[in-house]
Amino acid sequence: METYGDASLGLLGDPTRRAIFELLARQPSSVGELARQLPISRPAVSQHLRVLKEGGLVVSRAEGTRRVYQLNPAGVRALRAYLDRIWDTALTSFQKTAESDDLEQEQQ
Amino acid sequence: MTIPPLTGTITVAVPVERAFRVFTESINTWWPAEYHIGGVDMAEAIMEPRAGGRWYEKGVDGSECDWGRVLTWEPPSRLVVTWQINGQWQFDPDPEHASEIEVRFTADGAEHTTVELEHRLIERLVAGEAIRDALISGGSWSAMLELFAKAC
Repeated sequence: METYGDASLGLLGDPTRRAIFELLARQPSSVGELARQLPISRPAVSQHLRVLKEGGLVVSRAEGTRRVYQLNPAGVRALRAYLDRIWDTALTSFQKTAESDDLEQEQQ
Repeated sequence: MTIPPLTGTITVAVPVERAFRVFTESINTWWPAEYHIGGVDMAEAIMEPRAGGRWYEKGVDGSECDWGRVLTWEPPSRLVVTWQINGQWQFDPDPEHASEIEVRFTADGAEHTTVELEHRLIERLVAGEAIRDALISGGSWSAMLELFAKAC
């Protein structure tokens, strides 16, 4: 995948932010839960979450003593970014397959 | 409400005819596994090679789920398909409720092809509450497709 024309998607240009976004797409999570699944510190996770919140992709809510982060359900940008990730993955896979010499064999 | 279309560009080191063929006839060989329907393994993703054709998924149990229709079939340069799902995750035959995916294949010399993809009219999907619900609950793409599968 090479280019995207929308600045808001630059929010997901950072691999760690993208990883956080995808984890939240699977399950709303706290900072600690995210940090356990990533090779970065809790403060670093918080920093990325702040950028995602400011960009409108993520919202947070209090759940007892925890603060839980999730994709912004009112944000069409979240849906758009989500679909964008799907096409990114799909087109990369398409590229690999199209350039593979084994394709004809795989089809048989 | 209008949502700006998604666009993506990728270059593949194959002739344009092959790029188009792989994208359409061989969609099953490259569609990412994580976007398959959970619970029911997908045997095949199928795109019927003609305008008006179906774009659908066939499960290992033989069940079929429509995903959309082929609107434009211009090998090897252009393809437009719809992704038409209503708020209840059922196939909606009304073209006014369909988002569209256009894919353009441009030869870049004899051995390279630029593939440009545009997913537009996404606002028609946003009207579907199921997508919002799935996002609220942290639903994955698989979970969304499971909802779709149940509705089929």
